[in-house]
Amino acid sequence: MGKMSVDLCGITLDNPIIPASGTFGYGLEFAELYDINILGTFSFKGTTKEPRFGNPTPRIAECASGMLNAVGLQNPGVEHVIKYELPALKKVFHKKVMANISGSCIEDYVYVSELLDREEQVGWLEINISCPNVKAGGMGFGTSCESAAVVTKAVKTVTKKPVIMKLSPNVTDIVSIAKACEDAGADGICAINTLLGMRIDLKTGKPIIANVTGGVSGPCVFPVALRAVYQISHTVKIPVIGCGGVSTAEDVLEMMYAGATAVQVGAANLVDPFACKKIIEELPEVMDRY
Amino acid sequence: MKDVMFTVDENVRIAENVYKMTLYGDTSDITRPGQFVNVKLDGLYLRRPVSVCDKTDEKLTLIYKIVGKGTERMAGMPAGTELSVLSGLGNGYDTGVSGDQPLLIGGGVGVPPLYLLAKKLTGEGKKVSAVLGFNKAGEVFYEKEFAALGCDVQVTTADGSYGKKGFVTDALPDGCTYYYACGPLPMLKAVFNSCKSDGQLSFEERMGCGFGACMGCSCKTVTGYKRICKDGPVLYKEEILWEK
Repeated sequence: MGKMSVDLCGITLDNPIIPASGTFGYGLEFAELYDINILGTFSFKGTTKEPRFGNPTPRIAECASGMLNAVGLQNPGVEHVIKYELPALKKVFHKKVMANISGSCIEDYVYVSELLDREEQVGWLEINISCPNVKAGGMGFGTSCESAAVVTKAVKTVTKKPVIMKLSPNVTDIVSIAKACEDAGADGICAINTLLGMRIDLKTGKPIIANVTGGVSGPCVFPVALRAVYQISHTVKIPVIGCGGVSTAEDVLEMMYAGATAVQVGAANLVDPFACKKIIEELPEVMDRY
Repeated sequence: MKDVMFTVDENVRIAENVYKMTLYGDTSDITRPGQFVNVKLDGLYLRRPVSVCDKTDEKLTLIYKIVGKGTERMAGMPAGTELSVLSGLGNGYDTGVSGDQPLLIGGGVGVPPLYLLAKKLTGEGKKVSAVLGFNKAGEVFYEKEFAALGCDVQVTTADGSYGKKGFVTDALPDGCTYYYACGPLPMLKAVFNSCKSDGQLSFEERMGCGFGACMGCSCKTVTGYKRICKDGPVLYKEEILWEK
């Protein structure tokens, strides 16, 4: 194992860097820019049972040191992903990929998990119970210990792959929800998804985002994410993936000091498509420095 | 797409709230008129997409209107400022289908990308007409530049203070083989409804990344979901669905 390698639920990553779901598509756009095999892995675009267009546009707004999105889980549906996206990915990515799964009811989560469990290239199932931009399901499952546990259990019954629950920060006590997921059999926790926010256009007096609200991400949420990772990792025994505003190798190290086993990089990929490549290149030196 | 450092060469006001910035840098990834670049500005998180007005091997021309913080910041940039630019984004216009008498229809800051297109089409020996629409006389730009390429140019202003009074659709010439349009959504809709010939229209949307990763700028088309930044910004007329 190399200096930067980590074990994530029994699978070795060459380094802890994982582009976060929704900022990396199914990998193909980035594979045109650099060899994505340098990544630890990546979490592919949140995938649902049926194809989804998502929300009307505008879906994007900016804020100080960050952005808001209300994409609303646009994706071609799990069957399309298995038939087209994964075979295309296999040609350019030779590692296990993290499958990000979303649903509007328990049956959907189970259906998608069951299908993706059969895919050899899928290493982990990352269950999104924290999307703030969809009307049915999404974050609804991640705001109580009971429902988070129900989804965790349901998915665990249909897969042997490690199940990572991606949690929402839009709750009173994220730690108890993480603990409930662990008790229900989760193999890992990813914290955090975006924070619910909004912006108003002063010229019109109306919300910029058509969906009115969106999820805030970028450097402005980093301290919130770091706090969540610290609290969760000091309570649960399963690995925690730190996610939220990570943009530099220093941020990665800070997340790992907080207790993260691996680190997801989200919004930074959108501003600098080479962000993950740069972080991976800089990480050894930064690790030596601190 | 390439991440290129560009250096501002000149940044001048050419009309009311409209600026022209020329920059030195590697333009090799800009392969078609109608493409855009995504500019990183200090202190602002998201990049700002700006259409390419003109380019040579080592020089890029952008024309932008001050509409918010980003463009305001750009307008204040002196020569020598260095900018990180994602270059060569979007599909751009397809000139192969233009026939021998293409028509260019631009509205406001939808005019700039049509300039490089005009250059390409006239370079291919085509007889190019251009209808350029603005709100008022003070906002008019690039009439002479299009004429200098050999285009037959008609300017319209909404208030009649310059050129023909009215909208671009009030000044469409007869006998064109194909059209290329860029401008605000109401203009594109009006052009779509008025022009009988086939054409390509360039769209605008708030973007996250500009290179197809985030799904922030998706739209529905006859041929499925498309990303304005990667599969567009140019759509063929027959692909367009106007439902929002």
